[in-house]
Amino acid sequence: MNKLMRRFQPEQLREFILLILILLMMVFFSTQIQNYFSPRFFNRVSTSVAIVAVLAVAQTLVVLTANIDLSIGSIVGFTAYFGGQILAHNNDMSPLLIILITIGMGMVMGIINGLLVAYGGVPSIIVTLGTLAIYRSMLVQFSGAQTVLTANLPEWILALPRMNVFSIGKLDFRVMVALALVVVLLFHLILKYTSYGRRLYAIGSNSDAAEMAGIASKRIVFIAFVLSGVLSGLTGFMYLARFGNITVVAGLGLEFAAVGAVVVGGVNIFGGSGTMLGALLGAILVNVLDQSLIRWQAVSEFWRDFLLGFLILLSVAADAVIMNRLKYLWAKKGMSLSQRDNDLPAKEANHV
Amino acid sequence: MSKIVKALKGWEGFLLAVLLIIVFFNASLAPEYLQVNNWINLFQLSIEKIIVALIMTFIIINAEIDLSVASTMGLTASVLAWMNHAGHPFGLALAVALGVGVLSGAFNGFWIAYVGLPSLVVTLATMIMYRGGARVFMEDKSFGSFPDWFNHLGQEALIGPLPIALILFGLFVVIAIIVLQYSGFGRYVYVIGNNRDVARFSGINVRRHKLILFTMSGAIAGLAGILFAARLGAVRGDTATGFELDIITMVLLGGVSIFGGSGSIYGVLLSILIVLNLRNGMSLLNLTGHLQTGVIGALLILSVLLPNLAEWTRKTLQRRKYQKQTSAQIADAG
Repeated sequence: MNKLMRRFQPEQLREFILLILILLMMVFFSTQIQNYFSPRFFNRVSTSVAIVAVLAVAQTLVVLTANIDLSIGSIVGFTAYFGGQILAHNNDMSPLLIILITIGMGMVMGIINGLLVAYGGVPSIIVTLGTLAIYRSMLVQFSGAQTVLTANLPEWILALPRMNVFSIGKLDFRVMVALALVVVLLFHLILKYTSYGRRLYAIGSNSDAAEMAGIASKRIVFIAFVLSGVLSGLTGFMYLARFGNITVVAGLGLEFAAVGAVVVGGVNIFGGSGTMLGALLGAILVNVLDQSLIRWQAVSEFWRDFLLGFLILLSVAADAVIMNRLKYLWAKKGMSLSQRDNDLPAKEANHV
Repeated sequence: MSKIVKALKGWEGFLLAVLLIIVFFNASLAPEYLQVNNWINLFQLSIEKIIVALIMTFIIINAEIDLSVASTMGLTASVLAWMNHAGHPFGLALAVALGVGVLSGAFNGFWIAYVGLPSLVVTLATMIMYRGGARVFMEDKSFGSFPDWFNHLGQEALIGPLPIALILFGLFVVIAIIVLQYSGFGRYVYVIGNNRDVARFSGINVRRHKLILFTMSGAIAGLAGILFAARLGAVRGDTATGFELDIITMVLLGGVSIFGGSGSIYGVLLSILIVLNLRNGMSLLNLTGHLQTGVIGALLILSVLLPNLAEWTRKTLQRRKYQKQTSAQIADAG
């Protein structure tokens, strides 16, 4: 038993529980919906997971430092729309260039967020609530009430969402999904093995201590916001490829899906703990629930936002109450890997 | 008197100057601007937001935040419209809608005060949840056809030129000033906002205070939602979306610290006037609603950034002065 406890820390247990939850949910829906495990359903869910997963990676970087980025939905809309407009007017533009353009636009918006939060000393919730409105209003203002239409886009980008890396029978493994997995894996490695990644955790755990240990916390937080902008720009490109027709409301509310995925995936909203794998699992859970509700006849699909909000609340509450209790149990038995966990049980809620 | 002079030298004075500039600018653009009717109209266009801004002042001084108010407004309006549409008596619909507002607030308060979760996260989650609830009732339809007296109440003047919402706002302002600046409860709101641990150790029931504040926030947001339904005459699932931006901007621009513990209703009243007149001025300049929202967003960021910059400049100047003094002393000694 002790050996087992030492091997499995509460954090890993959490990812395991999440996996079981996803499976249970799928079993439940398969009894409710006819022909639930169809290849088409897999393809649809995996494509929508791809978009939310990249955003969840972006959000995780920011949340790890005990900040939040609510502007990513607007950044996705902005980059998808203007990337689409540029592409519609220059059909022979190379794919790499348009990806770089969307990423560049996202980066500029991330830099603005990062400067205000890290160097301006304005709380991230205020900054990104403001830029959520500002970026969206810039999009509406500059769009001239026009829409990006699939008819004006080049062939390759319309074919992109249907392109496969490989397929088993009718189960397709799409290029976009592969791209998202590469991003998740890349940032998983960054978090795990680079000093930048470890510093994100240090700042989120205790920013004063990190500062005293000589970590340039302002720069680290700034870079986290820039990376969040970059990844949102990339998501903007994926969004454009997936939907083709882009209006000025594109990406509205995606920030909530990302926050939902991250929080459900066990990334602590107070910063300092969480993994990319968890965020990916969170994205999968949120999307499977979303797509299943659309097909479930018994309940109106309008329940989805209500359930998403409730899920976020439940995850945070579970984190605060159950996880702390578990960690306390581990710490009491001396099974904990880190000294930090001994300070528990109750981490006082910090304000705003 | 000296109190007023002191206030005018600080943030409130700055707000007053900004307000005067905007009023002067607007008046030069349109001569009808200064007429009483235009001012009533000005208030009437955002009356629901400014009513909620009053209770939000309490919440932010208490070092919390309530992002769910706009969704609560949408939810209560939706419940009202849905019950009316389903053929229930209108009085019952009003009572249930208001009750839903109170419960939404109490639900927030429970998680924040008794489970100990941060208000930012709880109200972000319930912001999505309550909006989802409104969608469940309304789906993608729009319900209207309220009783005539209800629409009249929302759209026409009740006493003299004043509509009922404006009268209620005036009443709430008086109550808010008395409670926040002159009552024991108000002092506790500040103390808890400054340091909740110190407040707890001095025997203040912090949890109960927070629960009361969030329940009040839900109740007032619910009332505002009903007033909004009366003014518009029809409700959709996305009614009042994004109102939290304006509301929080008004409070923070009014000099209330986002970290809690300081600020006053007077500052918030000034900033309410600024935001209202600014929107009016932008309409006079033919700026679209979306651009106006962007400007409000920028204002929100500036309202926290500017005091930070001022503080930073003050500290830097002080340090420079100190350095000069010490180097002069060293030179003297040498």
